[in-house]
Amino acid sequence: MAITLHRFANPGQFLRLSGRILPYLAVAGVVLTLVGLGWGLFFAPADYQQGDAVRIIYIHVPAAWLASGGYFGLALCSLLSLVWRHPLADLAAVEIGPVGAGCTALCLATGSLWGRPMWGTWWVWDARLTSMLVLLFLYLGHIALVRAFDSPERGYRAGAILALIGVVDLPVIKFSVEWWNTLHQPASIKFTSAPTVFSGMLWPLLISILGFSLGFAAIVVARLRAAVMERRTRGLLLARAQEAA
Amino acid sequence: MSGRMSRKRRRLIAVLAGLACLGGAVALVLTALNDNLTFFVAPSEIATKAPAPGRSFRIGGLVEGGSVSRTRVDGKPAASFRVTDGPGSVSVTYVGILPDLFREGQGVVAMGTLRPDGVFAASEVLAKHDETYMPKEVADALKKSGQWKPGS
Repeated sequence: MAITLHRFANPGQFLRLSGRILPYLAVAGVVLTLVGLGWGLFFAPADYQQGDAVRIIYIHVPAAWLASGGYFGLALCSLLSLVWRHPLADLAAVEIGPVGAGCTALCLATGSLWGRPMWGTWWVWDARLTSMLVLLFLYLGHIALVRAFDSPERGYRAGAILALIGVVDLPVIKFSVEWWNTLHQPASIKFTSAPTVFSGMLWPLLISILGFSLGFAAIVVARLRAAVMERRTRGLLLARAQEAA
Repeated sequence: MSGRMSRKRRRLIAVLAGLACLGGAVALVLTALNDNLTFFVAPSEIATKAPAPGRSFRIGGLVEGGSVSRTRVDGKPAASFRVTDGPGSVSVTYVGILPDLFREGQGVVAMGTLRPDGVFAASEVLAKHDETYMPKEVADALKKSGQWKPGS
């Protein structure tokens, strides 16, 4: 484990590898997202109860998945940073934060827009909606905390601890609809049983989820590359300044 | 070398132990708050779980088929219907506009108080949607072939 970690911990290696992968990741993400959304929004059938309002799921579900999945990635990077002092993991945790927060906000906003006509309310304090809002605050807290210190290292440490504490929210989000009565409906796509979504709606949804995920990965990799290069530039400038002095 | 490894191992154990403690604490808190985290109670649970008379709470269940009657009170739309969860059911009255998804056999959550005569006076009615999504043609075909499971 330590050997593989150290290979990827080499920023030069990361820049070379990610530079080769990034174009494919970005193109695949954009194409699949367009196919999924185009199919879902214009060609998939309307729901027997909700009519066209059901089409919000082609954005809401990928956003919700990436909000949780992104946070899991953030927490994993925090673990690597806290325990193994992995330099890339520090930067990755910082770069995932705003992207994940954006997905969480998108999930809450689209859910609210759907809730008004379908449930009859913009917002309720049920366990699912509340735990998702807590996730947004965890993201925002992390974004603020990692930048709150003069020494970046201390910011990484503090942010990593916050991110790991926040991990308890993930199972609460996932299982809130099963543990308690909630207004939010239970999951339609599960690993344990057949999906309860009609196949003509399920396919565009799955394509959209895949497209959003690849797009998320592409954005994070691009941000991470920029962060690594920025750090290098700073190091070079610092070395030059010391030489001149 | 062994010193470095053991420091990493110590940090890993510290983080994992911290997470385990935190997870346990949260689990205990959530278990203790279980009743408060529930968004609504079912009609059959009203006897055991409803708060003191006059305090408002939410009930949730399916709108009983054939139980809905719509009227007008002071020029405003009003409705009375029964909410059931199978073993129990309760009568609900409501003055106001019902949400689009409100219909017989569908899930509903009502906020209000239980009157002394056992009728639930709702101040807010929300439609609950289940996790099934399908086009109208499929729903009609399922109903025709007798495989329709409402409220499943």
